[in-house]
Amino acid sequence: MTYVLTGNDKPIGGFGGFRAKVTSLDPRMRIVMTAVYAVVVVSLSSLWVLTAALGLSLWLLAFSGLPPRKTLKRMAMMDSFIIFMLLMLPFTIPGTPVFSLWGLEASWEGLRRAVEIALTANAVILAVMTLVGSMEPVTMGHALFALKTPERLVHLMMFTIRYIDVLREEYQRLRTSMKLRGFRPGTNWHTYRSYGFLVGMMLVRAIERSERILAAMKCRGFTGRILLLEDFRFSRSDLLFSLALSAALAALVWAEVSYAAS
Amino acid sequence: MPLLELTDIRFAYPGLDPVLDGASMRLEAGERLSIVGPNGAGKSTLLKIIMGLLAPNGGSVSAFGKRCAEEADFHAMRRRVGLVFQDADDQLFCPTVAEDVAFGPLNLGKSKQEALAIVDDVLTRLGLMHLRDRVTHKLSGGEKRLVTVATVLAMEPEVLILDEPTNALDPVNYAQLIDILQGLDQAILLVSHDPEFRAQIAPAGYHLIERNLARF
Repeated sequence: MTYVLTGNDKPIGGFGGFRAKVTSLDPRMRIVMTAVYAVVVVSLSSLWVLTAALGLSLWLLAFSGLPPRKTLKRMAMMDSFIIFMLLMLPFTIPGTPVFSLWGLEASWEGLRRAVEIALTANAVILAVMTLVGSMEPVTMGHALFALKTPERLVHLMMFTIRYIDVLREEYQRLRTSMKLRGFRPGTNWHTYRSYGFLVGMMLVRAIERSERILAAMKCRGFTGRILLLEDFRFSRSDLLFSLALSAALAALVWAEVSYAAS
Repeated sequence: MPLLELTDIRFAYPGLDPVLDGASMRLEAGERLSIVGPNGAGKSTLLKIIMGLLAPNGGSVSAFGKRCAEEADFHAMRRRVGLVFQDADDQLFCPTVAEDVAFGPLNLGKSKQEALAIVDDVLTRLGLMHLRDRVTHKLSGGEKRLVTVATVLAMEPEVLILDEPTNALDPVNYAQLIDILQGLDQAILLVSHDPEFRAQIAPAGYHLIERNLARF
């Protein structure tokens, strides 16, 4: 996790050193459009329209210039979180039976719902990965700030990015020193107590470090606001991209409405 | 007019024996002083009191001829006094070197363009331009140390205070740090256990011994 969050110059998706085409677009616009996209896709329910939405996400992937194989693999990783729910749905939603397995009846309605959820989830996660996931965490922080996200939350995120590795190293050092003194974890009180000390020591050190950081910031004239260097520009290509995506979303909504009417 | 003056400082952490009891010192313009003393003698505490991060139980701190008592006074003096912390990781909190160096100037009310110009200027002067866009926590220990000096110098302080700057420096970075410090015209207050380093930067100074400062 820390590697993902703090990798050297790597976007959050871990496409190391890769300069994707999508990164030239305004990050603020990408975040807003992703939110709009997610809301629209979640509100769709027709399977055909959802398939079209997934197609749109794939088009985004192709457009973004991210390595498709790697990105799709990541999408499949997300699927592993919902796979059990999807497998259970046909058997838990009552309705017209399709087939039976070990005496359990699967229903059409459940199957339909499972496909609907799978399509929605994959379409949204793919869009999030291509538009937002390709952003460096720091850029995302700056963009969120520009989008009027509360300053405290943005600072919290940026400090987390900065210090998660320092804390991990501290943890590793403590663990190593425990190991060097012959500590072998087992199922006994000594182990629990030692882990308790370890976590406690990490907390104490983290608090003390945060106090020292604040002191260092104060010494450099900190007054409660961090001024950010990055400037964002909303350019013509951003406008074109957001217009095109909005048009595609409008088409999806239109298709959904006319499908529902027929 | 001394740049920094401590008069009769008394300080104790709550519930513990006093760390400082009647310590006084002064730093004149252009002067370079070191503070030496055993571990735990209260050197870092003394620096925190100078910077107004800890309030003394008695005595007074003056900077640039003005007595500092309230946070607002210290806020003004911190713009003119730069402190380089013992642990570089405490000081470098921005994602990239450029942003960290720009943090101080931006706090001083400089515009982004001015801040970026200062960043380039300071890094060029210290020969650290190659680190400009590096991620701060991926720097080596020595690089981190040199960058912390840059972050403080970017504010063009009149006094530079260094707390154990030679900790964990290899010979190359050590030599570069000495080079950088010798090229400065600021007054320097140095806390260091390293006799060779003190001899090069600030041979004279104060002994912190038995809760008091003695000139040597």
